[in-house]
Amino acid sequence: MGKDLVGNHIRKLRFNDNEMTQQQLADKVGVTRQTIVALEKGNYSPSLELAFRIARAFGLPLEEVFFYGEDMDQ
Amino acid sequence: MTYQERKSILSILSTVLIFAAFCAYKYQQYPEEGLTQAETFHYWGTFVLSLTLGSIGAHIVISSFFRIYFQVSTGEKVPGFSDELDKLIDLKAFRNSFGVFILGFLLAMGSQAFDQPSQAMFIILIAAGFLSDVTGSITRLYHYRQGV
Repeated sequence: MGKDLVGNHIRKLRFNDNEMTQQQLADKVGVTRQTIVALEKGNYSPSLELAFRIARAFGLPLEEVFFYGEDMDQ
Repeated sequence: MTYQERKSILSILSTVLIFAAFCAYKYQQYPEEGLTQAETFHYWGTFVLSLTLGSIGAHIVISSFFRIYFQVSTGEKVPGFSDELDKLIDLKAFRNSFGVFILGFLLAMGSQAFDQPSQAMFIILIAAGFLSDVTGSITRLYHYRQGV
């Protein structure tokens, strides 16, 4: 199973959300900035709990923040 | 480069420097005529104990200075906790570090099984400890840069 199957739109959503910084998002969801960096680079698939926390930080459902598979252009 | 990546690099460098400096210092104290069986255990026991305590102290001092330097130079706050990514990376680093030390430990025991001098066992154990420490830091750096 490839590790890069779970993708996300975090960078785009941060930009659209008043250009929120990585540190601000990290503080909101209770992780370090390193974790947000890794998520945006696609180097890390978050736990389900963290994925929900990030989606909630943007006020969006999970599937609008994260996607599974090759639908990178979603 | 994030705090965790810089910290891993600093950890590798400080481990190598502390170990090299300590070995150079202890080498000067090594008697030219060699060690008797009883002296061997005393010498290497002192070596391991003082290296362990000295490196713990040096790491604490170095990491304290690094935290201050990082905060001042970047203006970023230093993370005061470990999140799920940190814990996962720590587990992988510990696994690799442990594997290297166990290999060294088996090699050290093997040296005794094949009638090598007892100081060979100590040298292998110390080298294994050093390499396992470096392996752990390299693993951390790798996963922070390349992902998990």
